[in-house]
Amino acid sequence: MAQKTRTTPAGTPTNVTQNHTKGGIGESTLRPDGTLKVTGEFAYSSDMWHEDMLWGQTLRSTVAHALIENIDISEAVAMPGVYAVLTYDDLPAKMKNYGLEIQDTPVLANGRVRHHGEPVALVAADHPETARRAAAKIKIDYKELPLVTDEASATAPDAPLIHEGRDDHHAGHVPHPNIVHRQPIIRGNVEEARKRADVIVEGEYTFGMQDQAFLGPESGLAVPAEDGGVDLYVATQWLHSDLQQIAPVLGLPPEKVRMTLSGVGGAFGGREDISMQIHACLLALRTGKPVKIVYNRFESFFGHVHRHPAKLHYEHGATKDGKITHMKCRIVLDGGAYASASPAVVGNASSLSVGPYVIDDVDIEAIALYTNNPPCGAMRGFGAVQACFAYEAQMDKLAAKLGMDPVEFRQLNAMEQGTIMPTGQVVDSPAPVAELLRRVKARPMPPEQQWLAAGEAADVRALPGGLSNTTHGEGVVRGVGYAVGIKNVGFSEGFDDYSTARVRLEVINGEAVAMVHTAMAEVGQGGVTVHAQIARTELGVTQVTIHPADTQVGSAGSTSASRQTYMTGGAVKNTCEAVRAKALEIGRRKFGSYHPAWATAELLLEGGKVVTDGGEVLADLADVLEGEEIDVELEFRHRPTQAFDLVTGQGNGHVQYTFAAHRAVVEVDTELGLVKVVELATAQDVGKALNMLSVVGQIQGGTTQGLGVAVMEEIIVDPKTAKVRNPSFTDYLIPTILDTPTIPVDVLELADPNAPYGLRGLGEAPTLSSTPAVLAAIRNATGLELTKTPVRPEHLTGTGV
Amino acid sequence: MRVNFTVNGRKQEADDVWEGESLLYVLRERMGLPGSKNACEQGECGSCTVRLDGVPVCSCLVAAGQVEGREVVTVEGLADYAAHRADSHPGGGCASGSCGTSIDAAKRWTAHGSESPRAQDGQTGEAGGLSPIQQAFIDAGAVQCGFCTPGLLVAADELLERNSEPSDADIREALSGNLCRCTGYEKILDAVRLAAARQEEAV
Ligand code: FES
Ligand code: FES
Repeated sequence: MAQKTRTTPAGTPTNVTQNHTKGGIGESTLRPDGTLKVTGEFAYSSDMWHEDMLWGQTLRSTVAHALIENIDISEAVAMPGVYAVLTYDDLPAKMKNYGLEIQDTPVLANGRVRHHGEPVALVAADHPETARRAAAKIKIDYKELPLVTDEASATAPDAPLIHEGRDDHHAGHVPHPNIVHRQPIIRGNVEEARKRADVIVEGEYTFGMQDQAFLGPESGLAVPAEDGGVDLYVATQWLHSDLQQIAPVLGLPPEKVRMTLSGVGGAFGGREDISMQIHACLLALRTGKPVKIVYNRFESFFGHVHRHPAKLHYEHGATKDGKITHMKCRIVLDGGAYASASPAVVGNASSLSVGPYVIDDVDIEAIALYTNNPPCGAMRGFGAVQACFAYEAQMDKLAAKLGMDPVEFRQLNAMEQGTIMPTGQVVDSPAPVAELLRRVKARPMPPEQQWLAAGEAADVRALPGGLSNTTHGEGVVRGVGYAVGIKNVGFSEGFDDYSTARVRLEVINGEAVAMVHTAMAEVGQGGVTVHAQIARTELGVTQVTIHPADTQVGSAGSTSASRQTYMTGGAVKNTCEAVRAKALEIGRRKFGSYHPAWATAELLLEGGKVVTDGGEVLADLADVLEGEEIDVELEFRHRPTQAFDLVTGQGNGHVQYTFAAHRAVVEVDTELGLVKVVELATAQDVGKALNMLSVVGQIQGGTTQGLGVAVMEEIIVDPKTAKVRNPSFTDYLIPTILDTPTIPVDVLELADPNAPYGLRGLGEAPTLSSTPAVLAAIRNATGLELTKTPVRPEHLTGTGV
Repeated sequence: MRVNFTVNGRKQEADDVWEGESLLYVLRERMGLPGSKNACEQGECGSCTVRLDGVPVCSCLVAAGQVEGREVVTVEGLADYAAHRADSHPGGGCASGSCGTSIDAAKRWTAHGSESPRAQDGQTGEAGGLSPIQQAFIDAGAVQCGFCTPGLLVAADELLERNSEPSDADIREALSGNLCRCTGYEKILDAVRLAAARQEEAV
């Protein structure tokens, strides 16, 4: 299996071109990486290539919970083409675990596996197939242990402990060592408020385990360096967080691990945790050769954490005139074998469990469990998604019981600017919840029976079941449902959330040109577009170069929590302002004596010139900068937040809130239990749209992921074995273009006075309300209660549970 | 084994190909053509779509040996391929005679109010050397992470070759084998409508 006749090696990522040089903020500038992406030249992490490189392969556990009694690598090592086989014993440093908040995740299993698919051994070989075959030749003797798979088995007094001897900072206040974190929130007096209720509704809801299913699987290339360090080209969401976790387990100082972002094929939270990064570095350092690891789809399902499946129990009461009196809820999230982002997901699930409503008397508890199920962590919507599914079902139940219109009922209870959250935090910027609902409701309905539109035989493509030709319209009923949700933006609970930007301004070929260097992970969201727009706006130049993201500049924080435009966008803005001040200072020094306005007027940079606020041109920026170069690196922080009190849940925990509403129209074949979503109209407040084309793209993409959960997406874990049953795109279904309806988008721009340009993080909110809207529409069509995601045919036909 | 075939109009020879290697692997790892993507290697996602003697196929499901003596077009060759087609069949044509999207309708989509004002700001068509469908994907905002894009472009280009005025249902049917996780597909539909309308306009 000799390798390469390859002619054009792909090396360092070259992931932006400068074709698109127009557009400041507010304009729908096109992506600077668009041309490379449509020609196939954009270098994704799986495209990295190095002469003489090896392929890495992970061997993963075939059982969920077991002691490893013996590992025999002899046959694998003996295979021709194999360069290294590594197990736990080969780890070079004292530190052998990593983790986002709690370092509980072993780089390679240390005598025990805690979930199906946990990495146990690594192979490097000269062909990916050789590596796979060698990994298959490693023999492992497992002694299976009893499983912990749900709340009852995890919190039983004699439950096996997933992590013995916990000493993390949550360990001291959780009621059981198999609970990662617990956050109660108590406000008002629920028992008193309950007495005022004319109706009370209760519900038990189950949210399935969703996968991020980004299309570009985990992959990257580690290249050993002469100084004993390593250069890593990888797709991730946060270079510096990876670095902090990688360096200690390699036994290297951070400056010897140099990371460069390579092209990322989507992320959605699934790249917040380490996957192949450390493994590739270990193999590269051991073999002295570049090592590339590319997961296939099967392995990708084991290579990243998923969305927490959840059980949610809610009680709401309301008076007969439609005011909500109180809310009680208990949310149990299954965090799986390792902590990942579970503590923060608990914080979000609890603090956002009330939804975008005014409810003064609440009793809330959210917990995340340690179990032997697959580890769960960050995914778009982060704890707010599960809660939204449940509280929105409750809103419909309450409205129905009161005989009220579900939208009017929501509007009557909608929060607004000034509302106090259950955590005691005052919502101090616009919260147009009622207006968003009004907008989706006011939108014209899609025509009935669209399959008849042609006027001839039914176009089965427009019917549930599609080309399977399962119905011609008989037995098909329509339903309409509404939902609205609230999500926080940025990292909460006192986290020191910051981002760094470096901006250089210089003259190249007689023109002033800006270079923006950040470590922001561009995962498809369009940050690179927006950074150039910000630099053009602030510096009045046309040419902006986006430097590849790497660890040679300060941290940009994570591309998650809807925070990057706010945070790194904010950092670019602030840094540009500092650069502008320096440019004007140089101008004053050089030309100040020629015109009094240099000293007296408010000066701006526009169209490559220094102008007064009255529009008088004082100098060419290129002349000002001639012979000088301005280079500034600054950090940007949002206003501080506080940790939630561990008993009462009180605290100003969040930076900013963001809101979206959906109206779903569905058609259901009630005989076969098939659903066709006809339209998913959405309205969202984005504060200020820096790039409307990208804004709409984000909202439509988020909406589609919510649709997926509603009707098809779920990782199925066998409750008896804790093994994943559907790790493939054949069995784990994500929406195709046939499953996805038109998604009309209505964008509001109500500025947040505290945010850069007034913007509101936007990527996650549409994922929240999309799922409950579809569920509500299916309930409306069928009259069924439907308390689980995803809705499957058997739930609609009464042939299953 | 040795495999001889034509890729994007150029004769290629791959040596020491192991009999289990897919066309996708040979293209990516031996030919240095990583444009075709590997997202499932199972025929489920369409990211690896190429044309084999003109027919769109999932290259992850084609054994390298099966392409002996045949012609492959990947996303890297799409612009050339489309240009060549335009030369030999100016205007293309509507095979069924009952084609759906009118130029007016497409213009409405591209000019969705504030959603995509770039049709007016002179940013369209600037890259040059792209096929109409590639340019339309950029202009319509149909590219986010872009991992699905190469496969979608090859499939969409083949659709437009067959059917120059596809209805929305036609587009959905033709692209139903290509998964995209980022966009929600709406802008992909916009892009195909836009490319179809521009082709129409060019006639
Ligand atoms: S990689 Fe070939 S269809 Fe998915
Ligand atoms: S999968 Fe990311 S743009 Fe389609």
